[in-house]
Amino acid sequence: MPSRTGPRIFIKGNEAVAHGALAAKCRCFFGYPITPQNEIPEMMSSAICEAGGEFVQAESEVAAANMLLGATAAGIRAMTSSSSPGISLKQEAISYMAGSELPGVIVNMSRGGPGLGDIGPAQGDYFQSVKGGGHGDYRTLVLAPATCQEAYDLTIEAFDLAFKYKNPVLVLGDAIIGQMKEPVTTWTPEHIAEGEAADWGLSGAKGRPKRLVKSLFLEDGALAGHNLMLKDKYERMRAEVRFETFETEDAELVVVAFGSIGRIAKSAVRKLRKAGRKVGLFRPITLYPFPDEALRALAAGGRRFLTVEHNLGQMVEDVRLALAPHTGSGFFSILPGNLPTPDDFEAPILGALEG
Amino acid sequence: MQAKEKIVFERPMSVIDRATHYCPGCQHGVIHRLVGEVLDEMGLREKAILVSAIGCSVFLYNYLDVDAVEAPHGRAPAVATGVKRARPDNFVFTYQGDGDLASIGLAEIMHCANRGERVATVFVNNTIYGMTGGQMAPTTMIGQKTTTCPGGRCREREGQPLKMAEIIAGLGGTAYCARVAVDTVKHLTAAKKALRKAFEVQEKGLGFGFVEFLATCPTGWKMTPVKANERIAEELIPYFPLGEFKDESKNTEAC
Repeated sequence: MPSRTGPRIFIKGNEAVAHGALAAKCRCFFGYPITPQNEIPEMMSSAICEAGGEFVQAESEVAAANMLLGATAAGIRAMTSSSSPGISLKQEAISYMAGSELPGVIVNMSRGGPGLGDIGPAQGDYFQSVKGGGHGDYRTLVLAPATCQEAYDLTIEAFDLAFKYKNPVLVLGDAIIGQMKEPVTTWTPEHIAEGEAADWGLSGAKGRPKRLVKSLFLEDGALAGHNLMLKDKYERMRAEVRFETFETEDAELVVVAFGSIGRIAKSAVRKLRKAGRKVGLFRPITLYPFPDEALRALAAGGRRFLTVEHNLGQMVEDVRLALAPHTGSGFFSILPGNLPTPDDFEAPILGALEG
Repeated sequence: MQAKEKIVFERPMSVIDRATHYCPGCQHGVIHRLVGEVLDEMGLREKAILVSAIGCSVFLYNYLDVDAVEAPHGRAPAVATGVKRARPDNFVFTYQGDGDLASIGLAEIMHCANRGERVATVFVNNTIYGMTGGQMAPTTMIGQKTTTCPGGRCREREGQPLKMAEIIAGLGGTAYCARVAVDTVKHLTAAKKALRKAFEVQEKGLGFGFVEFLATCPTGWKMTPVKANERIAEELIPYFPLGEFKDESKNTEAC
């Protein structure tokens, strides 16, 4: 872990993403306006140019994601950001980037849906993010920040992971993460290698055989072979599993929640702990790969579980799958249009604790 | 005494020595060769990055000896924008058919041109979707029969064929725009000159370069190669006039 000695600044989550991307030496940003992520392209439109990079306001989210495809094919650190309806439009390019093994970073400050939904926070894009939102048989790494600091840290990490695995990486926040403001300790990664794509990026076939970036495999057996190679890569990605546990050791009930809801649930758990109730929190930070083994290990101790999400129940399916050999999970739903407080979680947590 | 031999015709270095998948009488091969010749003559092969599109020409990356990336259907100008912004010192070009460019990719090509991206587009208009089996394209001629307008394209229902060169020439970032054909030797010579200018405006940093090629699709048109070639002059050129629609290649500053 690099030393975190940079200035401590008071910024929105969206700005934290932009600062993180700049610290990670992102060279190209391709954006399109949509609420609640607008501070990211707004800040990048000047900051990335000052850093010697390029900003393009694309004609659509479709085009922005395909610009990302082009820039990453050239082996450059690049990103795009949007919010739920715009992320739907980016799925075409995300599928192509997965098939072509390109390291695109895509940030989704998600909002309520389906359709135009609303512009408030929601977690309705869990399935789209972790189950492969576009066509075909692929996976993307998904990182879910719960604080502005994590929005900064995980954006930096997203670039590293994207290049490590030559795979698209999604950062899944929401309107809460994007719009809230808090202090962030900045830091600059020291390990970014110049020419990290030197052996595969497109740069012109000077003094070497030409290179080809594509996802079309028509020859007999070629696509099957390619997909099996991708499967091996997805297996290797399991090493990146990340999660937070809080007061789980002697907990009788574990709350499972991600992103901003995970953070609000943590406050509820903290308050209940003070009242002597044996509750804890499990917060997946990587939604793909899902931390199923760590969750299963908690279940082996005989604990109960309650999954809390800002949707009608999506991650709870993965939680139940992980727990299946031992137990199940209750579910508490927060609907779009509501900004929950820790107090809202107390009754459902106590209900689940007492069975 | 041996006769002195002089080689007068060779395969361009930028074109790979292999058979293509194209149908007899298809003019993609001729246009590929022109692209190869201009890349050779301008010394661009080693710095070129091709963005190939979806359609019959998707396999162009197998025929040109240059770095290449395959774009989703219609998105080649967006992908090329990303490549060029990432690698401004490289020569970046797209090669797209009429279904790809003038239908699903209309937004991408127009905005790429309007931004004046320093990229070039080779646009091959054969008035039909070839790869998928001969469906109606936005450039299909009025009365032309395809598998999705079996009674012939009707202006009242399907609109007029889109004149892309005229549309692209009207956009501020376009530095060079022409429509050419490869049906006669005379037209071939003009086509190569146009292609060279479209490539030069990028190298000079002047803006976007665009060349529309009128081309045959004997299979889709259900014609012999000779008859298809004749159709270019008889039916296509009267509606899609040849010529330069914009030429700022002599400018010294970006448009």
